[in-house]
Amino acid sequence: MPNDGTTKVTTTDRTSAPGDGQWPLWEVFVQPPGGGPHEHAGSVHAVDAEAALQNARDVYARRGEAVSIWVVPSVEITASTPDDMGPFFDPGNDKPYRHPQFYKVPRGIRM
Amino acid sequence: MTPNKAEPIAEDPARNAAFEARIAAGESIEPKDWMPERYRKQLVRMMSQHAHSEVVGMLPEGNWITRAPSLRRKMSLLAKVQDEAGHGLYIYCGTETLGVDRHELIQQLLNGTAKYSSIFNYPTLTWADIGAIGWLVDGAAIVNQTMLAKASYGPYARAMVRICKEENFHKRQGFEIMATLAAGTSEQHRMAQDALDRWWWPSLMMFGPHDSQSSNSDELMRWGVKRKSNDELRQRFINLTVGQAKAIGLTIPDSQLSYDEQTQNWNIGPIDWDEFWRVVRGNGPCNRERLAARRKAHEDGEWVRVAAASYAAKQAQGDSTSEAA
Repeated sequence: MPNDGTTKVTTTDRTSAPGDGQWPLWEVFVQPPGGGPHEHAGSVHAVDAEAALQNARDVYARRGEAVSIWVVPSVEITASTPDDMGPFFDPGNDKPYRHPQFYKVPRGIRM
Repeated sequence: MTPNKAEPIAEDPARNAAFEARIAAGESIEPKDWMPERYRKQLVRMMSQHAHSEVVGMLPEGNWITRAPSLRRKMSLLAKVQDEAGHGLYIYCGTETLGVDRHELIQQLLNGTAKYSSIFNYPTLTWADIGAIGWLVDGAAIVNQTMLAKASYGPYARAMVRICKEENFHKRQGFEIMATLAAGTSEQHRMAQDALDRWWWPSLMMFGPHDSQSSNSDELMRWGVKRKSNDELRQRFINLTVGQAKAIGLTIPDSQLSYDEQTQNWNIGPIDWDEFWRVVRGNGPCNRERLAARRKAHEDGEWVRVAAASYAAKQAQGDSTSEAA
């Protein structure tokens, strides 16, 4: 989003206006060998999904880091915002009984 | 958005204080977080210069790909140069998260308004220069980037982690070239020494002006973008490198080089800052040549961009035709 000088840029809408000479942006997720989950690696610009996959391979998987790659148009990603960080994550913040340390085990017993 | 001219540019002191507190607590600043405009600007400046440096850095080495002395050396150099392109892309991608347009950044590089590391404005005269670049230039870059891997801005730090992992190979392949030449014929040894003589001082200049002369350092350190000063990083690089040169029988070109038992540092003679500023201001040995080569590469690639766009358009058209049928 171009900064028009009147607003502070606090968010990044990762879009590119059509006709600005720039190809769409794709977010790249790479799965390492060994069964880990796909993880965000970065982004690439590309004309279409097929080209985005090829670019992602060349940029983020030059050393056998990947067994699988996802590319997703950046504009399609919906994300939580820092502003609602408190209330949004609140339901998970006050429940210590969801952690094993909440429970007492008699001395001398190994769990 | 309607511009509201009455709106003051000054930033909310409470938000500023909260931001500074997050930095002090060592939290990572992410793209959607509020940040002072000055922090954003400094990052855009620093990250885009860094990205441009990776891209321009391909040129002095690319010069030697067709003349590498063996297939092994050629494969390594090709892979290294390809890595530099990748590193440029990692950092451009990080810079874009600050709301800037990559296209614009590249235009700034091509039209000469953007800066990049001055080290790439020196020529690569012999094959030994490829060894010296890997060993010294990448070696210095690793010292700097290892520090930046802890930068307060998340996307920059993450790009640095990725780059540091890959750059160790660059340094080792360079050092291997130097060690091989240094242990070769007397002519090869001379070639290695000559490359060290020419690259040593410019490598030390890569860390930037002395702390007392560095206009951006204080602010960048206060915001946790940089964790160590230019002089600290330079000293670390010197201490690492002096022993490596000795080990392969090469001499650091500094008659005043001496070891200080007390501080355990190698002290160097004075750096020629006039040379540094001359090259930064565009009058190094290769400034014009580098930009001309970069522009030519960009223009020569135009047909690829046109073809890719036209292919994508045709594919999209084909998809909609088949959907209609």
